[in-house]
Amino acid sequence: MPSNTKSHPVIAIHHAATVTRSVKGHFRNFKTAILILAYTVYFGLPWLPWTRGDEKSQAILFDIAQRKFHLFNLTVFPEDIFWFAVVLVLAAAILFFATGLIGRAWCGYFCFQTLWTDAFIWIEHWVQGERNARLRLKKQAWNTEKIIKISLSHSLMLILSGMTALTFVSYFVYAPHLTSIFFTLNASNAVYTTFALLTLTTYTAGGILREQVCTLFCPYARFQGVMYEHDTLAVAYDSKRGEGLKGRIIPIAALKVKAARNEAGYGDCIDCGYCVQVCPTGIDIRNGLQYQCISCGLCIDACNTVMDSMNYPRGLIRYDSERNLAQPIPAKPKLVWKNLKTIGYGIAIIIALTLLTMNMLRRELTEVSIEQVRQPLFTILSDGSFRNRYQLYIVNKTEKTVTYQIALKGIPQSALDLGSIPAIKIEGGEDLRINFKVNLPAELARKTKRFTLVISPKTSDGQPALNAIEANVNFNSKQPT
Amino acid sequence: MSDLNTTPKTNAKPAPKTTGHEWDGIQELDNPLPRWWIWAFYATTVFTIVYWLFYPAWPIGGSFTKGVAGFNNVTYTAKTVEGKLVEKTTHWNMRSQFMHDTNQWQAEQKPWFNKVSQLPPAEVAKNAELMQFVNSAGKTLFSENCAACHQQGAQGKVGFAPNLTDDHWQYGGAYSNIETTLNIGRQGYMPAFKEILTEQEITALASYVLSLSNESHDEKLVAEGNAIFHADKAGCYICHGDNAKGRIELGSANLVDKIWLWVDIPNDKSKEQKISHVKEVLYAGLNRGVMPAWQERLTPEQIKLLTVYVHDTLGGGK
Repeated sequence: MPSNTKSHPVIAIHHAATVTRSVKGHFRNFKTAILILAYTVYFGLPWLPWTRGDEKSQAILFDIAQRKFHLFNLTVFPEDIFWFAVVLVLAAAILFFATGLIGRAWCGYFCFQTLWTDAFIWIEHWVQGERNARLRLKKQAWNTEKIIKISLSHSLMLILSGMTALTFVSYFVYAPHLTSIFFTLNASNAVYTTFALLTLTTYTAGGILREQVCTLFCPYARFQGVMYEHDTLAVAYDSKRGEGLKGRIIPIAALKVKAARNEAGYGDCIDCGYCVQVCPTGIDIRNGLQYQCISCGLCIDACNTVMDSMNYPRGLIRYDSERNLAQPIPAKPKLVWKNLKTIGYGIAIIIALTLLTMNMLRRELTEVSIEQVRQPLFTILSDGSFRNRYQLYIVNKTEKTVTYQIALKGIPQSALDLGSIPAIKIEGGEDLRINFKVNLPAELARKTKRFTLVISPKTSDGQPALNAIEANVNFNSKQPT
Repeated sequence: MSDLNTTPKTNAKPAPKTTGHEWDGIQELDNPLPRWWIWAFYATTVFTIVYWLFYPAWPIGGSFTKGVAGFNNVTYTAKTVEGKLVEKTTHWNMRSQFMHDTNQWQAEQKPWFNKVSQLPPAEVAKNAELMQFVNSAGKTLFSENCAACHQQGAQGKVGFAPNLTDDHWQYGGAYSNIETTLNIGRQGYMPAFKEILTEQEITALASYVLSLSNESHDEKLVAEGNAIFHADKAGCYICHGDNAKGRIELGSANLVDKIWLWVDIPNDKSKEQKISHVKEVLYAGLNRGVMPAWQERLTPEQIKLLTVYVHDTLGGGK
């Protein structure tokens, strides 16, 4: 343990967001790259045009009113809710898998909270300047400069929050249409309510609360801690190297060269505090693994920068495992995956992924359900024959108009009475409920307990015919008294 | 809040705050209500005051406050007892809000009802999409107006109201027949033969009627009944027709099919029971088949829709 371990409170309650210093390095570049990629996808995707049938649409559109969820060429119907469950299972398994291997990678690089906080800090940095300038501004009295800078940065944060909210809504409403009705105040109350709510929450969570969302609200942050193994690679401070025998010390003239420091019993940490200043959750990584650490790697960048300038070897703070760091001379950090937990999660991911893919590939593009009219269960006709009535519900999950032919198996085709409806024709993505009757002569009716309804979809333009759907249906009659 | 982190924690409880009031050594403690509770109380108080401005609230004698006039009005149209459509604007109340909502729902249904009323019934029946509306709206209309007699599933009740899901139509199963039936109603009548025919003649006639539906019978009685049926004394053939198949102009029953309207012959156990049931009808006659006229109670669009519903969704008439 570090020699100067301070007692720190179990829950740190900050009353102001941590003010962070900027840093350059691999992890910073990686985070920036992910931020740019994520923003490009998130803000750009609703504007990707896509034609469905004859209708202009967008690549991803969750159409709540029509209960259709368009993902490129796939249309997901509410009946496919099972997929959503599998996707959630998959996401959980991937989170556990990754956390066991490399710690809270999700928190540090991909989480919305991290991304938006990063963007908001960037805005603050751009308007108010570097950390010391921002701290000075924070302390100074409210003068013109402070009012302008603070209000400008918060306005920009609010604008970004508003754009975030509007983009979210445009996943549910055709984006070009939404944009035109939104600004002319013609959109629905639902749109404005969602917009207001999301703008507010984005601004509050990313602009004001920041790391307190991770430390105080977020359940993932807490339960990911229990997934850490002794071999999990986490952002860690090599305290043996950093503290030496006598602890860390600032590099006074006699202690500038590494050999001289180590000779005198001091560690490599020059106690510059850069790692603390860059930390978005405001912690000191030298105190060891902490639940507040979102594993973003910015302290690694900071420390490496300082080590370079001191001509010390890099990696005083690095991704390493608890087990390796505990060794007298730590080996090179390596990914350890050969344990039951990691392999188990890996298998879970493969199973969930296989199930999902198989299910999506094998899904029927025709959804059929048949309900027998139960009141009356049967009717005796004037010639003594029996009539049963049914309600047929067909969903056409294709993009094209499909005609459905209905055939009877087990009883003569002539028993089917579709009324005056000439053909069951359903447009792409639509559904239809029709009533039909089955009339059987008394003798046959009494022998028939069940029959099979074969629904064969036929596409008009010679497309490969979809699978015919067979459904078993009850037939009711009465034995003679 | 740095003191939160630095104040050493002890188990000793601080002395409770008091208001400074003391009587005979009894002190009044100063334990304020939780702040969140106080704020929630203020917020609900403000909400209540705003509520009074918009909604009926305080009873005053036989009346009540109706909110600030014009703040929260509801407009609706309704039919008066005289059948006049009037538009009313009142302060908010649940009844007028319900009327207002009903107006909206009716407006949403209107285009569909229009489509149904513009097309001939046979064309409506060919349109699968329109039939979806006929099925659901028809079911509601049927439940509200027809089910009391014809039963919820239109299966009818022997001796009371005909089954509408079969293929037998006393007054004709064409669209025009059904529409007429719905508009002006029907009343079936069969005279009693107690005074006209003898016991023996009625037994013979009952055997003949049962033989028409292939029930087991006595040849001799049937021949006798056949003669009575076609003779002028009883005059059965006048209404039921020479072939006993009934006449839709009169609504007289078809006696040769398997459907029984007034007596439940298919469920009778013995031949004697069947004969006695038919004889009861012949003795007493029938004056129960009354269907009311609906043209005064339903709109022409509703009657049209019900016509298609009865014809296609339920029975499938001839």
